Amino acid sequence: MNNPLVENYFRVDKLPHIWCPGCGHGIIMSAIARAIEKSGLDKDKVCIVSGIGCSSRAPGYMDFNTLHTTHGRALAFATGVKLANPELEVIVIAGDGDLSAIGGNHLIHAARRNINLTTICFNNNIYGMTGGQYSPTTATGDKGTTAPYGNIDRPFDITQLAAGAGATYAAKATVYHVNQLQKYIEAAIGHKGFSMVEAVSVCPTYYGRKNKKGSAVDMMNWLKDSFVDMKIAEKMPEKAVGKFVMGEYVNKVEPEYTELYDQVIERLKG
Amino acid sequence: MAVSKDDLMVHIKEEWCKGCGICIAYCPKKVLGFNEHGKVSMLDRDNCIKCGMCEMRCPDFAIFLGGKENV
Ligand SMILES: Cc1ncc(C[n+]2csc(CCOP(=O)(O)OP(=O)(O)O)c2C)c(N)n1
Ligand code: SF4
Ligand code: SF4
Ligand code: SF4
Repeated sequence: MNNPLVENYFRVDKLPHIWCPGCGHGIIMSAIARAIEKSGLDKDKVCIVSGIGCSSRAPGYMDFNTLHTTHGRALAFATGVKLANPELEVIVIAGDGDLSAIGGNHLIHAARRNINLTTICFNNNIYGMTGGQYSPTTATGDKGTTAPYGNIDRPFDITQLAAGAGATYAAKATVYHVNQLQKYIEAAIGHKGFSMVEAVSVCPTYYGRKNKKGSAVDMMNWLKDSFVDMKIAEKMPEKAVGKFVMGEYVNKVEPEYTELYDQVIERLKG
Repeated sequence: MAVSKDDLMVHIKEEWCKGCGICIAYCPKKVLGFNEHGKVSMLDRDNCIKCGMCEMRCPDFAIFLGGKENV
């Protein structure tokens, strides 16, 4: 017997998925399905688009209209889908490498345009699929196969990057704080305009081993101890010292791209 | 109509469990453990409060709250 969520929203014949034991990506994929269910969306009106990476395999398991594209380009394909068919709810799934390294340009411009796409970044702070190279979100000093002596780069805060580029909804939560994560994904789906949720994931296989972070449970404990809710951080700043802040960074209304595009067409019809 | 907790129970799909231990570590009532195959097992059903946190944090859809009639 299967979970009804799995029966309703997944391609059961493709499961179990190939992700490693304790990989946080499965927790995010399940939160996305529950958020879609809660949003009451018609499955046929949802399109899930991904690039390449461990995270980008998610749409292969999800029973919606799905598009598995090329590394870093999910947002470019998604922009095309949305402009051609604005009534679709288009959800982009992208790894931190996919979204902020090779695809960083697409991220900032999709955010700048405020096109009504929902992007979920599966941020495990490493390139999982290709064996543990450091990514733009790897912390300074952490190790990867391409940073054997420790990374000297400064990491992006992907949520703030999206917000700075013009995203009208940007939130961050972790796979430990899964209730919050699901709530933000639901809010992002309901939001009109470019929305991004940074889902902080764990890669026990590469990031964990390279950085001696222990088991999947140890890594989840680290998330539990290292992230503090924005509301708590605002009220009691002493509790946020040395921690990452999760919460809704931006939630505002601005003109949406496909509507502006339609207005141009209407205007020129004369 | 909302489903009553009385009609729900935790189900385990052992063949999908990868033995990561996440559900066991964070079960608020500590009613889950490993079996001899390194897969999750319900140790104390009477004390399960059916909170669903095991389902929400399982990366593999291997544990979930479902209807009793589905056993
Ligand atoms: C154009 C191109 N460059 C490089 C690659 C190799 N490649 C595949 S996945 C990947 C990065 C994966 O990391 P991330 O996007 O963070 O996802 P994760 O696997 O960690 O979920 C890279 C560099 C590729 N497939 N295509
Ligand atoms: S390599 Fe890392 S990100 Fe990829 S499936 Fe394994 S744990 Fe997950
Ligand atoms: S439903 Fe809650 S109490 Fe019951 S096994 Fe799952 S996590 Fe534990
Ligand atoms: S979280 Fe899921 S895969 Fe991990 S031990 Fe529990 S049931 Fe098994």
